[in-house]
Amino acid sequence: MSEPAAAPLISARGIGKTFATVDVLRDVDLDLMPGEIHALLGENGAGKSTFAKILAGVHRPTRGTIALNGQQVEVPNPVAAQKLGITLIHQEPISFPDLSVAENLVIGAAEDGWFSRVPWAEMTREARRLMDLLGVRIDVTRPMRGLSIADQQMVEIARALASNSRLIIMDEPTAPLTPREVETLFSIARKLRDEGRTIIFISHRLEEVRALCDRVTIFRDGNKIATDTIGNLTDADIIRLMIGRPVKEYMHKTGAKIGEVALKVENLTLPGVFSDISFEVRKGEIVGLGGLVGAGRTDVAKAIFGVTPAASGTISLEGRPVSITDPSEAIALGLAFVPEDRAVAGIFRTLSVEHNISVAVPKRIAPGGFIRRAVEKAMGEDAVRKLSIRLASLRQPIGELSGGNQQKAILARWLLTDPRVLILDEPTRGIDIGVKAEFYSIIGELAAQGRAILLISSELPELLALCDRVLVMSEGRLTADIPRAEATQEAVMHAAVPRGALREEVAA
Amino acid sequence: MSTMDTTRPAQDIAPAQPRWKTLLIRPETMTFILLVVGVFAGSLLSPFFLDINYILKSFTLYSELAIVALVLTMVIIAGEIDLSLAANMALSACIFAWAQASGVPVPAAVLIGLGSGLAMGALNAFFVIGLQLPSIIVTIGTLTLYRGLAQVLAGDKSIRVPDWFIGVDKVMLGGIPLPVVLFVVLAIVLGVVLGGTIFGRNIYQIGTNEVAARHAGIRSARIKAGLFVLAGVVAAVAGIMTASRLGSVRYDLALGGELQMVLMAMLGGTYIFGGRGTILGTFLAAWLLVIVSTGMIVANVLPAVQLVVLGSLLIVAIIATNLIYSRTQR
Amino acid sequence: MTTLRTIFLRREAGIAVMIVLFCLAVGAFKPQFLTLDQLRIILLLTPLIMIGAMGQMLVIVARHVDLSIGSILGLSAMVSGMLYRWDATWFGFDVPWWIGIPISVAVGTLLGLANGALITVFRLPAIIVTLGTLSLYRGLTFIISSAKQIDRQWIPSELKGLSQTSPIFGIPWIIFIAFGVAILVWYFAMHTRVGRQIYALGSNPVAAPLRGIKVTQVTLLVFAISGALSGLAGILYASRWGFVNPSNTGSGFEFQVIAAVVIGGASINGGVGTVLGTVLGVLLLGCVSAALPLLGIPGTSQAAIYGAVILIALVIDRSVRQQGIASLKRVRA
Repeated sequence: MSEPAAAPLISARGIGKTFATVDVLRDVDLDLMPGEIHALLGENGAGKSTFAKILAGVHRPTRGTIALNGQQVEVPNPVAAQKLGITLIHQEPISFPDLSVAENLVIGAAEDGWFSRVPWAEMTREARRLMDLLGVRIDVTRPMRGLSIADQQMVEIARALASNSRLIIMDEPTAPLTPREVETLFSIARKLRDEGRTIIFISHRLEEVRALCDRVTIFRDGNKIATDTIGNLTDADIIRLMIGRPVKEYMHKTGAKIGEVALKVENLTLPGVFSDISFEVRKGEIVGLGGLVGAGRTDVAKAIFGVTPAASGTISLEGRPVSITDPSEAIALGLAFVPEDRAVAGIFRTLSVEHNISVAVPKRIAPGGFIRRAVEKAMGEDAVRKLSIRLASLRQPIGELSGGNQQKAILARWLLTDPRVLILDEPTRGIDIGVKAEFYSIIGELAAQGRAILLISSELPELLALCDRVLVMSEGRLTADIPRAEATQEAVMHAAVPRGALREEVAA
Repeated sequence: MSTMDTTRPAQDIAPAQPRWKTLLIRPETMTFILLVVGVFAGSLLSPFFLDINYILKSFTLYSELAIVALVLTMVIIAGEIDLSLAANMALSACIFAWAQASGVPVPAAVLIGLGSGLAMGALNAFFVIGLQLPSIIVTIGTLTLYRGLAQVLAGDKSIRVPDWFIGVDKVMLGGIPLPVVLFVVLAIVLGVVLGGTIFGRNIYQIGTNEVAARHAGIRSARIKAGLFVLAGVVAAVAGIMTASRLGSVRYDLALGGELQMVLMAMLGGTYIFGGRGTILGTFLAAWLLVIVSTGMIVANVLPAVQLVVLGSLLIVAIIATNLIYSRTQR
Repeated sequence: MTTLRTIFLRREAGIAVMIVLFCLAVGAFKPQFLTLDQLRIILLLTPLIMIGAMGQMLVIVARHVDLSIGSILGLSAMVSGMLYRWDATWFGFDVPWWIGIPISVAVGTLLGLANGALITVFRLPAIIVTLGTLSLYRGLTFIISSAKQIDRQWIPSELKGLSQTSPIFGIPWIIFIAFGVAILVWYFAMHTRVGRQIYALGSNPVAAPLRGIKVTQVTLLVFAISGALSGLAGILYASRWGFVNPSNTGSGFEFQVIAAVVIGGASINGGVGTVLGTVLGVLLLGCVSAALPLLGIPGTSQAAIYGAVILIALVIDRSVRQQGIASLKRVRA
């Protein structure tokens, strides 16, 4: 299991991290060698991201030591990490949008004083050199604002090179990328590895890990479970180590009676975002909507629900065409939408759980104009019971609940509207396996009750297990409508991958 | 895409704060305590302080600003701010006074004054909600504009109002000056609306997370626009009341009043970033401010020093409110 | 031609065009508007606002707003004014005429640092803090002056002379000072490390500390500069007008300055703003102010016009940004 010879670049011993009273990492020992691409695998909450962030100085370990080239070091903050040669590339790269690409590469990194002269010409030259090195064509004098995520990642990598980083950590970099961009990223990673640098690659995607990485470390529940060369482990081995139990079919689909068409959209178009989207969802049916991040699925959902309406096309509910320009209209028509980012678009963090649950049904808690607290409280208690929401009190701020319970509360909110059509956008993201299973059975039940469900998800196993049909979007278009019997991971992926080159159009 | 929930994987139940803690450790309590302390300190300065009539009479001097501060509180809770309200008072009052001085019968002139207040609020709403511009800068712009227009209209002169119109502060209802009664009534009404109706609840939700509010079906644009317009109308009412109290109108009516209004809201525990605050808090803070201001006058403190005190109070108030909110929540 | 520069050039060219159009329009009605004498009048209206606008531009680029600059101007002017008034009594000798300059700048810097300290230490929004210090500093001005004005005879004539003339074409020194400040700030903003950090801080305040930018110190610096420049404007007020009045001096200054900065293209969201744009904004406002008396519009409407101008500039700013962003978007399929 362990490699002989070369001295490790980074040696972590006994790393532990506790947030408040929760242990997220326990006693992790890990060696990272120079000149390797090392994958960190594990479920959400397993600790892989936290470990990487400790290396990158974002968190400080509660226990344990880190040695760089044999010398013990402290990494108190990201700036110190950069000086030590460790760079973290976030999934959504952070940058200064109003500054140019060249500036973004160097800002904050220079050692000289406040009032020293900025060497513009040299900066631009160096930036161009790095871009050429990476084989990327970006105009370094343009502002960062408006760059695609793939290009932003390239800039981050260039920044890592500019500061001569020996350890580059990539946190789930491929989720927003097209396959061609992924391939570009991989070839750069390999080039960096061949130069003797170390790359940490955090991902969920086994195929990518297998294609790119030399060694892999698996985390589970805050512990490091195993480290091995990728060749020595099969996929089943990896999954078993990640989950801790053999993969079993815990997801099942109860057969619901599928009735008439509840939601029908025709030729929905929003220029620049999605075009010509047409599909139907029947009562009792669970229709999946798969595709890569950025394909436009959430935008379609937001268009149907009235958050950002489409420019053209029709929406019909139970055969009748309707016009939806605002979410309040959608709700009145029997639609419900659980958004993908609950922190941004779902919860009122500082308000009570009660208030969060009752927000979509004002008429029920205030029939005469004045809020009846007893009614609201009963409503909340009912929701907690039905969905097994774990909390201390309905009056506590929802922000204190765990992710899974927050999501349940949001779901409860929408179930109270008794929707005929329910749109779920990544409902189980960031939720532990046990709670996920609960969600799946709830979703199945909802379909059995005769509701029409549109399930947007990036997790292929989820789509395949739950859905009667899987729609796939790619680059703003609907590319496939696959019935359950024919749905496989490959088929969905095949339809999700964009065809042809991307055209970058800049208005005159 | 959101980041994964890696910070709390194992813990589901988070203990809630005990009931008494959330009820008592609030900015309003601090305001109340300060109020009591202020009355006590005031009584040491001068026996007048324990004379309720004296306090009520002093309050009438600030009643107009206090009334507007109540509505301003709601605007701030909704996540916006309106610094143009004092200038609105002046311009509405000038338009009212000028109209009636030009021969328009007083009731009609009042309506015209109210209408212009409404229009000013609507203009704010247009820029902030229609054009999606930040309310802080917009209302700085409109405050300059409205004050400037008042200057254009009234020049350097005072416009008198008819004798029978003067003296709203002398009208007594049960021994209490009318403006104070209006303030209390408005506080009760708005307090009930904010605390007990869906509209009020929505204001808190919009201020806490506007995106989530929209997704939940709350018509946030309408509600915020409505608040700006309401604030405009109430400011116009306040402006006309001031005209009655002073007997004449000048362009510099309520000059600097935006500071005092914001101060009342902040001293009352309204969170500047929105989502938290109460009418009760602003209500208590208005009394507190009156006590402090009156106390300074009684103690023969120079107006300049009073200004210093007010400015410092504002800073201290937001520091304290910030601290309290970050301790008990988040 | 890069997109960054294209957008900016559009904005500054736009303002320049507006200035030309406005002057031509006014000149059509009142030909005397287009004379050199008139230019001198316009230029004389602007130096104080120009200096204040340079400081405020940096503050706005850093994603803050400073509403107290008028009061800082007044207080720092008053300190120097009082020194001039009482110098013989306090020190027993005459102070040099130029002593007010470093003193006012120092006072302004201290007041600006106080603002910055409150904002950084307590994490308070600048707009509310400076709303408070606006009153606080104004009140202090009253207190130290016992509410009395510093009259003409107390201001040294050499100081007043700065605003009257100079050996160079008879253009008053004060105008050179103002443009000199503009050039210094331009160099600072575009060619020094910390200047670029101010832009970075305003562009993404969350990312800034992660990239090694010392947020607290940079913020303090920005407010110190704003205060220092307001202080300079304060002593130059005494030079230009010949007196210092506790209630009027600097009153309303902040609105004129913010108007100029916003017209000049600085974005309220931070990260965007140029010295050239701000200078043009100041000049445009100067032209408008100069045109008012010629057109028979009472001086009392200046405030209204500034207000309208701020609003218009905001709208223009928004539509330009939206267009700019739209043109950079990727188009799919």
